[in-house]
Amino acid sequence: MSMTMHVNIVSAEEEIFSGTVEQVHAPAVMGEVGIYPRHTQMLTRLKPGEVRIIREGGEEEFYFISGGILEVQPHIVTVLADTALRAKDVDEEAAQEAKRRAEQSLQEGGNSDEFDVAAAESQLAEAIAMLRTVEHLRKKLKGGRS
Amino acid sequence: MAIGKEIRTQIKSVQNTQKITSAMEMVAASKMRKAQERMSATRPYADNIKRVISHLAHSHPEYKHPFMEIREVKRVGLIVISTDRGLCGGLNTNLFKAATLAMKDWMSSEFEIDVCVIGQKGVGFFKRHGGKIVSQKTHIGDTPKIEDLLGSIKVMIDAFSNGEIDQLHLLHNEFVNTMTQTPTRHHLLPLQVDESEGENLGYHWDYIYEPDAKDVLDETLMRYVESLVYQGVVENIACEQSARMVAMKAATDNAGDLISDLELVYNKARQAAITQELSEIVSGAAAV
Repeated sequence: MSMTMHVNIVSAEEEIFSGTVEQVHAPAVMGEVGIYPRHTQMLTRLKPGEVRIIREGGEEEFYFISGGILEVQPHIVTVLADTALRAKDVDEEAAQEAKRRAEQSLQEGGNSDEFDVAAAESQLAEAIAMLRTVEHLRKKLKGGRS
Repeated sequence: MAIGKEIRTQIKSVQNTQKITSAMEMVAASKMRKAQERMSATRPYADNIKRVISHLAHSHPEYKHPFMEIREVKRVGLIVISTDRGLCGGLNTNLFKAATLAMKDWMSSEFEIDVCVIGQKGVGFFKRHGGKIVSQKTHIGDTPKIEDLLGSIKVMIDAFSNGEIDQLHLLHNEFVNTMTQTPTRHHLLPLQVDESEGENLGYHWDYIYEPDAKDVLDETLMRYVESLVYQGVVENIACEQSARMVAMKAATDNAGDLISDLELVYNKARQAAITQELSEIVSGAAAV
């Protein structure tokens, strides 16, 4: 019987593969790497490309990933796949957008930077009291009916 | 014959409301199932990346990442995940209460606070009561993509790595079960890794980093924070749907109660009117 190791391929949104395999080939940033069981610990970034695994018995499977991270432990290999192509400038743009929206809504609201604890607390207390009253009324109604 | 026309109109209107709330209940129930599935689908990534991070903590990297450094706190970052829509009972109220408590606490130790808000309800809340919103994201829908959240998360992570904030917290509702959701706060940055967690291999080892330690660690830790926030959002959606389902069920029941009360009143009025008419006829006939 040949040696095997456990492989998990996951993306943030779902689990892609989990099982026992003989070999893993992944597109690392410095060139494709082939991992066999008992490989030394390694942590590397992945390029978009194909992860090829050879399952127990020699069956081959391919998974496309658009980048991510590969962690290798002697008997367990983890591929943390990205769900989308990630580019620094796209992320930067999204960050700017999020900031811009925040500023815009602050201007519209015309409020201060200072969080008004007292106002928030009183409004929340009111809301919670209302919820409690509703709950109470419901119980009373239910009790009265039965 | 127009007996109790007002009551009939009112019954009709309550019935219409009941139709809406029961439809919303059913929609929320089916969405909740999907949201719960999505919640469990995101769990493997979080578990795996957590394991990688705990391995990292046990290895002896030649490079100490700024995300792991504990700094003196002057400014705190808080990511609040709320819902986009209302009609979900006390879900948001309880969350904002937890936020207010935490912020009150920080303000009393004279920390300044930067807030990142996800969800329309949170934006509304902080708009009303002030608070420095540095980034926001609304309208994430029922099936959020991690890309949708990256912008607002990046603002906070950048603020942390530039030294603008010294701590980053995440506040969202935790899905306990369909009936219970509790607001929970997680400490995101600096990373707190439980030393006792995970297997300690007992000897010194370190990873081979490709291309180099800084690059890889940067990305890994970024992904870690992103995945936690993403999981928070997905969980909050499951909470929203189940809270809405429960609230709408209560509303439907209440509408039913209201309708039966009104019908009782209506029938009493109708009977009274018939009795009166009869006695008028009888007394009229007797007079003739």
